[in-house]
Amino acid sequence: MIGIVEKRELGEVTNEVRLEIAAVSDNESFARMAVAAFITPLNPTLEELSDVKTAVSEAVTNAVIHGYENRGDRSDKILLTCILRGDVLEVEISDRGVGMEDVDAAMTPLYTTRPDMDRSGMGFAFMEAFMDDLEVRSEPGCGTSVKMCKKIGVNPWIGSED
Amino acid sequence: MEDFKVINDYLMIRLPEEIDHHGSAAISSKADRYILSGRVENVVFDFERTTFMDSSGIGIILGRYRKVACFGGKVYAVNADSRIRRILLMSGLERIVEIMDTKKKCGEVEQ
Ligand SMILES: Nc1ncnc2c1ncn2[C@@H]1O[C@H](COP(=O)(O)OP(=O)(O)O)[C@@H](O)[C@H]1O
Ligand SMILES: [Mg+2]
Repeated sequence: MIGIVEKRELGEVTNEVRLEIAAVSDNESFARMAVAAFITPLNPTLEELSDVKTAVSEAVTNAVIHGYENRGDRSDKILLTCILRGDVLEVEISDRGVGMEDVDAAMTPLYTTRPDMDRSGMGFAFMEAFMDDLEVRSEPGCGTSVKMCKKIGVNPWIGSED
Repeated sequence: MEDFKVINDYLMIRLPEEIDHHGSAAISSKADRYILSGRVENVVFDFERTTFMDSSGIGIILGRYRKVACFGGKVYAVNADSRIRRILLMSGLERIVEIMDTKKKCGEVEQ
């Protein structure tokens, strides 16, 4: 587990959405677009939107191909939870798939257990780089949960021209 | 949809708007058919239309690089916007892929 650098006072929850998604690859784009839509009221920059979409895409793809071993079975579910605390997005992606033995090893850049599937091992590295906080919990045989936070609208000069 | 074109021994791949795991296997396997047929030596990934990419795109590029590099071929990335370029650089791809700055049309890549 990494990324809890500072204990930030958690603000009050201002919005919340919970989606249960079939673990099929068609839903990877749905999931990232849903989260993008969820933060639209905060007027994110294109950069922030792109960061969040990439991070969500990585976590959902991991659930599909690693957690549920790319079975493409619609009865396998991914839970996507989005919470807003003011201008801070909290998004959690969890699966009840195979889980991981060693989360730290898995999070090492370029580490992948599926080079045969053309995976690059950069998924966790991107989640870490594009979000402010990343917390991964996993239990072999039980599943994996990835929780990420990002403050939206950290570029105060944008839109303050007039 | 992605599309493929062969010019001399270059395979030009015009990538789709969004590159993720869902569509990546189709792109990779189609590219591999061209590469393994021996008709192409180099691969050009054209990001002109692309507005989204996750690490699946890195996997596509790395996988094709490994295939053409054994025969001395090269891989290029052209027309990547700033966000895609950042993802390419974060993955260290500039060490093996020539990332072209200027907007170039497919077919104008010099050797
Ligand atoms: N939800 C998950 N369930 C089980 N294993 C996972 C999950 N997410 C990631 N992993 C493991 O962590 C490794 C690294 O993930 P990542 O950085 O996204 O790279 P990649 O997906 O390219 O392999 C994966 O290869 C896999 O072994
Ligand atoms: Mg991944």
